[in-house]
Amino acid sequence: MIAFVLIFLVSLFFTGFINRTKSIVSGRKGPGILQPVRDILRLMKKGSVYSETSSVIFRIAPLIYFSSIVMAVLVVPFGSDSGLISFDGDFVFFAYILALGKFFMIIAALDTGSSFEGMGASREALFSMLAEPVFFVLIGSFSLLTGCTSFHNIFISLNFSSYISYATGAMATFVLIMLAMTENSRLPVDDPKTHLELTMIHEVMILDNSGFDLGLILYSTGLKFAMYGALISNFFIDSFPFYISIPVFLAVQFSFAVVAGLIESFMARFRMSHNAQFIFALASVSLMIFIGVLLMTGKLI
Amino acid sequence: MIVYFLLIVSLFVTFTGVLLASFLPVRLKAAIGLLTVLVNAIISSLPAVRAIGGNSTAMVMSGSFIFGDIPLRIDALSGWFILIINFTSITGAWYGTGYLKAYSERRSRLSMHWISYILVHFSMTAVCVIQNGLAFLVAWEIMTFSSFLLVIFEHHQKETLRAGINFLIQSHIGVLLLSLGFIYTSTRTGSFSFDSIRQLTEGMLPTASLGLYLCFFAGFAFKAGFVPFHSWLPYAHPAAPAHISGLMSGVIIKTGIYGILRMILLIKTDYTSLGYIILSVSVLTGIYGVMLAIVQHNIKKMLAYHSIENIGIIGIGIGLGLLGIGINSRVLVICGFAGALMHVLNHSLFKSMLFYSVGSVYQATHNLNIEKSGGLIKKMPHTAMLFLVAALAICGFPPFNGFISEIFIYLGMFRGLSTSNSGLAVPMIVSIFGFTFIGGLSMMCFSKAFGIVFLGKPRQSYAHEPVEAANSMLAPKYLVMIMIVVIGLLPVLVIPLLSESVMLFIRAGFSLSGQVFQGNQALSSVLPVHLLTMIGICSAGFILLVTLVFLVRRTITRNNPVSIGPTWGCGYTGNSEKMQYTASSFVRSYRKLAEPMFSIHQTKSPVEGLFPEKVQHETHVSDKMEEKFISLPLEKIRSVFDRFSFLQNGNTQTYVLYGVLFITFIMLIPFIIDIFRYIMSF
Repeated sequence: MIAFVLIFLVSLFFTGFINRTKSIVSGRKGPGILQPVRDILRLMKKGSVYSETSSVIFRIAPLIYFSSIVMAVLVVPFGSDSGLISFDGDFVFFAYILALGKFFMIIAALDTGSSFEGMGASREALFSMLAEPVFFVLIGSFSLLTGCTSFHNIFISLNFSSYISYATGAMATFVLIMLAMTENSRLPVDDPKTHLELTMIHEVMILDNSGFDLGLILYSTGLKFAMYGALISNFFIDSFPFYISIPVFLAVQFSFAVVAGLIESFMARFRMSHNAQFIFALASVSLMIFIGVLLMTGKLI
Repeated sequence: MIVYFLLIVSLFVTFTGVLLASFLPVRLKAAIGLLTVLVNAIISSLPAVRAIGGNSTAMVMSGSFIFGDIPLRIDALSGWFILIINFTSITGAWYGTGYLKAYSERRSRLSMHWISYILVHFSMTAVCVIQNGLAFLVAWEIMTFSSFLLVIFEHHQKETLRAGINFLIQSHIGVLLLSLGFIYTSTRTGSFSFDSIRQLTEGMLPTASLGLYLCFFAGFAFKAGFVPFHSWLPYAHPAAPAHISGLMSGVIIKTGIYGILRMILLIKTDYTSLGYIILSVSVLTGIYGVMLAIVQHNIKKMLAYHSIENIGIIGIGIGLGLLGIGINSRVLVICGFAGALMHVLNHSLFKSMLFYSVGSVYQATHNLNIEKSGGLIKKMPHTAMLFLVAALAICGFPPFNGFISEIFIYLGMFRGLSTSNSGLAVPMIVSIFGFTFIGGLSMMCFSKAFGIVFLGKPRQSYAHEPVEAANSMLAPKYLVMIMIVVIGLLPVLVIPLLSESVMLFIRAGFSLSGQVFQGNQALSSVLPVHLLTMIGICSAGFILLVTLVFLVRRTITRNNPVSIGPTWGCGYTGNSEKMQYTASSFVRSYRKLAEPMFSIHQTKSPVEGLFPEKVQHETHVSDKMEEKFISLPLEKIRSVFDRFSFLQNGNTQTYVLYGVLFITFIMLIPFIIDIFRYIMSF
């Protein structure tokens, strides 16, 4: 439960922090931390325009997308405090419910009959397909390391002891950050600030959304970021008491937002055809984590 | 005694059904077909339900001197398959009554169709019941032949006939392998009964029995559609009428799975090696099937490749279970076999529903090409909704049934990782990698299929405006949908039905390791009931959450203006349906990535000049495995036999001469033997 509340709190500020980091790095003052939230609230009060081509799918997709992320957030544990939903194999539920949301966004984009949105849908489908094994191999490695098969149990029995384990921990953090950037369609895979439809992925899929729906989708981005941040922070929380773990959690989220902002400031977006290679590279890093775990547990030979 | 009674009633009903279907007028044929299937289904479901509860039914029919005694037996495994077969056969026949109305002037064809339908249902049940090799083959053969007749319903089309004959020949290669296996055991034991296989393999070397098992496996794999024995599916499914495609993909290919599972119970062998073999074949099957499914243009062909993929998923479950038996890990056995058996049921539900929906689309638009369809959700809202539910279920998304079987298999793989057995880690991570890949690819595939066929604008103008399917075609689909949702939300009610079947495999494992199995010990403690309840709650919670967000949106936006406008076209307003993304363009970047694995035939005319003429670009992806394993050997065989084509010169006198030569040779055989003996005696 505490994880849910914290993730919700962080999600309000996350995009603001990223934007502030970017503006400081580029020498601007930038908008306030809460500007994204204000934008979202304003959008939610506005009326909507629907395309005449679209059908009921287009209208329910944002709801399902948002709800899928909320369900996924409920699975994420907080240190020794398990998530609201916790069972054997809950990470499968986590990944599949997120995929369900994505499925609806993809078909909603196809629903408008726009070629731009079709393009975005095609890319989203391809990249999320490629990103799926990365997550599962990562979780597989930790499940091998700890002998557990649920988020909560994996995180409470995870303890770093040797040099290899620090290496794998670092690599896992890297993979999770990059996975979060990919899943949220941020740099280096996708640039949310681009102004050319041909080079967008996520943004081009929601060209036709407006009003409440658009606000919901924009808020989902923050929520998704905070969710991945919470997963990363679980590596560091261990089973400290709350007065230590909550500050650690917030610190991790803050640095995650800053890292995301820095990546967006100093990197250029990949060429679209290189994205697949990049995600494959992530998959191989997670396989390296797996091999590291095999070494640690002495199961390699 | 009651069993004898049921058997006789069932035979009588089948016989009457067949007779009536051939003589009654056209409008009653479908009704009699449905009625016969229904009665037969009720009859066979009675012992099947008992068997699932743990009371297996057995009797021995005295066969002739050829067959020997024919033991009939319905245990939990048979019961499970019989129930699945019955359900899909009933919905198939029900949907078929509506679907075939369009063909009501084809009298003889309809008679043939309904007779074959009754027979295929009866023989599938028989396959699950008979415990005698020879009688099993007879039932198997009736099933194969009647499904062949069902496939070639539109036999005036050359393509259909070709597909049907392709199916018939490939099935018979499978039958050949099965016959080899049964003949081998009967020569060694003198009996065709399944028990003799068990007795024989108990005394065999594990490697020898592994060989025997693989012979049976290959035979059944032809029916089930494991790669590389899959190449008949993508031809037969598009050729058959929609309800037959649904029946074939839903249950007929599952008889192959039944055979594979039955042989696991009968043949004592090296389960670990067998597990690795089946696991690797299945991962390959799954990935290969879905990789090709994505690039198909014909929607039924796409679904056929998806059946191959799902057979792969079932196979992964079976492989896991076998590894569990091999390394003596109870969890792995349960997760593997329960996942596989559950997926057999789930796949029969959503795949038949997908085929039925596609059948309705075909009847409304006379088009199966994905590239030419679009916008059907506005004309056929029910069909679109049903297709969407089935598509979500087949991708394994949570509120539906596909998730239940997939999470079992996932759990099996992750538990396999975390067991103390060190050899298992690498194969498991490879399977996990493959399995998630399959999941991602099928999500891409079905977002394409649903998005292009039902959403957007129509990509062609129709001669007749498409209309929603008739109620007689929608009702069976809604029945299937209810099953899909109920299993998804209440897995707690369904999974326990599997406990007896899984128990059979656990016992098989125990008898191998020489331990004594004590009753029903701890099955309920290992069966993850908590997990199932949680999944149900989460799925229901998800639906509630969506409703809640919907209500919130409605409350907030009640007074906001909503307007309808054209799709945003980036400043360009000439919104034509030709500007939409097509199925090919949707998968283009994927196709480019996967190009090395396919053999792609492209024809392209370049854009030339200032005012280009009409240009075109066509891509056809053909099945590389089929080219390598089926077409190439056939070519070679044909080139060898071509050398003997001089014998076939069309001259009657020469043929008479061949006959005379053959008869003379036969008559000389004793003489030749005598000469041979004479020479040997020196």
